[in-house]
Amino acid sequence: MSKLRPDLQIIADNVRPNARVLDIGCGDGALMAALRDQKQVDARGLEIDPTNVASAVSKGLSVVQGDADTDLSAYPDASFDYAILSQTLQTTHRPDQIVDELLRIGKQAFVSFPNFAHWRVRMSLLIGGRMPVTRLLPQTWYDTPNIHHVTIDDFRALVRNGELKQEGQWFLSGDKQTGRGLANLLAEHAVFLLRR
Amino acid sequence: MSEDARFGLDKKVRLLGPLPLDSGGELAPVDLAYETYGELNADASNAVLICHALTGDQYVASTHPVTGKDGWWTRMVGPGKPIDPERHFVICANVIGSCMGSSGPATVNPATEKPWGMDFPVLTIADMVRAQALLLDHLGIERLHAVIGGSMGGMQAISWTTLYPDRVKSAVIVASAARHSAQNIAFHEVGRQAIMADPRWRGGSYYADDDPPSSGLAVARMAAHITYLSEAGLTEKFGRRLQDRDSKTFGFDADFQVESYLRHQGISFVDRFDANSYLYITRAMDYFDLAEAHGGTLANAFKGSKTRFCLISFDTDWLYPTSESRTIVHALNAAGAAASFVELSSAFGHDSFLLANPEMNRIVDGFLKAGESV
Repeated sequence: MSKLRPDLQIIADNVRPNARVLDIGCGDGALMAALRDQKQVDARGLEIDPTNVASAVSKGLSVVQGDADTDLSAYPDASFDYAILSQTLQTTHRPDQIVDELLRIGKQAFVSFPNFAHWRVRMSLLIGGRMPVTRLLPQTWYDTPNIHHVTIDDFRALVRNGELKQEGQWFLSGDKQTGRGLANLLAEHAVFLLRR
Repeated sequence: MSEDARFGLDKKVRLLGPLPLDSGGELAPVDLAYETYGELNADASNAVLICHALTGDQYVASTHPVTGKDGWWTRMVGPGKPIDPERHFVICANVIGSCMGSSGPATVNPATEKPWGMDFPVLTIADMVRAQALLLDHLGIERLHAVIGGSMGGMQAISWTTLYPDRVKSAVIVASAARHSAQNIAFHEVGRQAIMADPRWRGGSYYADDDPPSSGLAVARMAAHITYLSEAGLTEKFGRRLQDRDSKTFGFDADFQVESYLRHQGISFVDRFDANSYLYITRAMDYFDLAEAHGGTLANAFKGSKTRFCLISFDTDWLYPTSESRTIVHALNAAGAAASFVELSSAFGHDSFLLANPEMNRIVDGFLKAGESV
């Protein structure tokens, strides 16, 4: 069993066994496979890249090629225990609507994203005067899929404004979990568990 | 097992029926020509049914008796291939209405002891599938490990999952659709009219003097063949290149390579296919609309389905475009069914499903193997 990406590991650790899970932007299905093998989860996936879909399907996973922006409406209300959106929120056209969709389809939703307010990103913009290129945000401004950069405090505001319940939050720095204190400055990555 | 007379190459069985048809009529007896490859395991759990397309047949992985060519899907079926007779019991049957041994307009109507011709009942895709179910009963197979098909074969495969949900563990539907579009029907009508406009068609009664409407059938095939390709594929293969000549003849010979190719496709097709079968099978495809029988909502067709689904489309297929597969996928998602779907890239249009495509093989292989480990 290969090691999961740290944000996916956090999600994997916090999903209930035997749950029904929709992984949106599931990549090659690494998290889905782990959930299936370790927690007997009934996992379904949505992924935009056909090569990733092919890899996931060839692992025996049920993954559909599609786009979070257009293909979520077919899923019925509350048809999953969890909807998962990992490192995908910032690539969608309307992240606020996507979060609404997650909590329509799933009873709970995991959302993970790179924090654009991490101090290294801030320094890069402040000192360099250029759009930041960091370990977690490696693309340049013109070829990045991340069209809606988001910070932890932005996301907290979205949760507040949408009157959503936050049932868990985890922060990562250098692939290790870090505390909540000054997370918006110190965390490279955040994982939230939400409920309506 | 291999001693069993029901199994092997070039088999034929007459089942008493009667087979009730969607049209309200019935068919009896039901002749089915089929082939099997590999051995049925002790608990009959390794059966894979392959459904062929409009002009396909049961010779999926063995030499065609008329053309002498290899089976039509040897890229998918064979040792080391995703569908492997080493571990699967593979079945492929000629659909009813066709002309390679199964009941169709060219076979004998027991009431008149003459070929059916246009007295053969009009069929639907579901009728073809019900006939295949009779065959499985005859072969002693209660539940399929998988049913798989491309194009019209995909229509049969998906119909299997709704007509016999308990008999299908997994289904692979390639380059297909849940209904025939207006454009699909329109192209078929061109083909049918070409056949019926041939004076030798004679209302379908041309069997006695062995003088079939070959010109009409050839034109039908030529028109259809264009829909199986893509503009990019045709350009790559032929461009505007001339056929065996250096300059235009200013006549109506096949100056262009693409004309020569199409003529060849038309002419060689009539040697192996019956014009009336072409009418009946295209009609069955036109009538296909899976949602219709489920209150117009496709998702209802899959409610409670335990079948695993795998759909594949091709980006240059404009006959059964990706949007058609996506419609099925959305319905499967709405019904909560276990679905996989991918659009693959290929230059060759609808025909892509018959051609070498390593990615398609990787997907089908993984999908089938995952169902075997459970």
